[in-house]
Amino acid sequence: MERYNPRARADQYGSRLHREHSTIVANIVPWASIMLGSILPLFVITAAIPWMPPLGYLTMIAWRIVRPGLLPMWAGFPLGLFDDLFSGQPLGSGILLFSLTLIAFEVIEARFPWRSFAQDWFTTGLCIIVYILFAMIVSGAKITGTLLFVMVPQIVLAILLFPLLARFISHLDRFRLVRWRSVR
Amino acid sequence: MAPPASRRSSYSKRAQLSVFTGYVVAGIGAVLGAILLILSIWRPDLPGNLRASANDVTTPATSAAAEVRTGSKGFLESVQGYLRAGAQNAELKREMELARIRLAEADAVRLENRRLRALMNLQETDSAPVAVTRMVGSTSSSARRFGYIGAGSSDGVTIGMPVRTARGVVGRVLEVGLSNSRILLITDSQSVLPIRLSDERRNIVAFASGNGDGRLRVRLINLGINPLEPGDLFVTSGAGGYYQPSVAVALVEEVIDDGAIARVVSDPAASDFVAVMPIFQPEAVRAARTADDQRLGEDEGNSPDNPAGEVPAEPAPMPDGAE
Repeated sequence: MERYNPRARADQYGSRLHREHSTIVANIVPWASIMLGSILPLFVITAAIPWMPPLGYLTMIAWRIVRPGLLPMWAGFPLGLFDDLFSGQPLGSGILLFSLTLIAFEVIEARFPWRSFAQDWFTTGLCIIVYILFAMIVSGAKITGTLLFVMVPQIVLAILLFPLLARFISHLDRFRLVRWRSVR
Repeated sequence: MAPPASRRSSYSKRAQLSVFTGYVVAGIGAVLGAILLILSIWRPDLPGNLRASANDVTTPATSAAAEVRTGSKGFLESVQGYLRAGAQNAELKREMELARIRLAEADAVRLENRRLRALMNLQETDSAPVAVTRMVGSTSSSARRFGYIGAGSSDGVTIGMPVRTARGVVGRVLEVGLSNSRILLITDSQSVLPIRLSDERRNIVAFASGNGDGRLRVRLINLGINPLEPGDLFVTSGAGGYYQPSVAVALVEEVIDDGAIARVVSDPAASDFVAVMPIFQPEAVRAARTADDQRLGEDEGNSPDNPAGEVPAEPAPMPDGAE
């Protein structure tokens, strides 16, 4: 017997028969993943050097690149505030840096609408360097040659981690828009 | 990737306005952030409560993770132990015999010490820990070195209390939440810890602060020919009144012009339990703080991030229990 292709009514998020996106999941996943990224470095105990990449910040940039317009431009304020509660930075440094980053990405996007991932990675790399160095300056730590030297592994790790994280976030974006069974 | 068509600004007045509003709102957010940042650099103790209660929420998760972490570490260590059991056994027996002898000697010294103290009418200082808990987290992505422990004001922890492991000093309590506290690790560059050489005969006092790379920068108080040698052990001196004297702090690794670079004896990442100790001499701490307030003309000495408030510029006279 002739049959329809079973995928005929499906899109990349699953079958469309009796299935719909969940508004709740679609809206919560980006915010929740960024906040989780802010908390995760807390679990690592290191008394020696800060080597953990700023995961909350990186996750926010990854979402911004995967889905422009998903995070409103003011998202830097709440996300930065949340990050400040756990990062050990003085309150306000995250708010300022997260907000400025979102504004910068908006400007870059208006100026260069067509970009490849390599260009996005380059932009992100610059943002990471500025973020980590600025955060170090305002943190109140005594800035010495040694401190600058030990920040290098963190910067390198964060830049190298970003493509992987962006990949992970694009998978998370697929999950965000998965069609769940709904019968009406 | 090009932005979706709906996000390009158009000739529509309304679309242009909404883009403009987005910039304005985000700009206001950034400015608010800058103001908060300046405020919290100026008065570091202001947002403390907010942060402490936020960390109270995460403490169950972080302490569970700490349990798993120490558990798995113990498992790895026992596997390693099996691999080199024989040689280690023989070596441990030798060390044990030596340690018994040293213990007997130490007993004699302790007796003599007690007798001398009785002669001088000094009181034994109480050193029972306020709380024994786990190290549950640290700020692993910030340039500052803060740690979090799983005990807070409900366990009687207050700001300023020293925190130690079985091996030595870890840091000092900065902020207290209900069930967690933030501690300033001794490896932080803003931490200042009064120390002296464990060898009493050489009588060398110094300050230790974080070097930025996980080691301590030891600054001698009496300048002159640097008497330090690699391998020297520094212990707390008890000056300033916060720390019990004679708790191990660091081993000299590298001798430099005006002091040394020293390796911390107790790495908080390697220890499973930490003890919060009572402040050694609360009166001395209060006295130092008041003097500081008068000198500065404001209460900056109370701010927990300000190490100038915790150690007077001149080395304080040795507290009673130090020698």
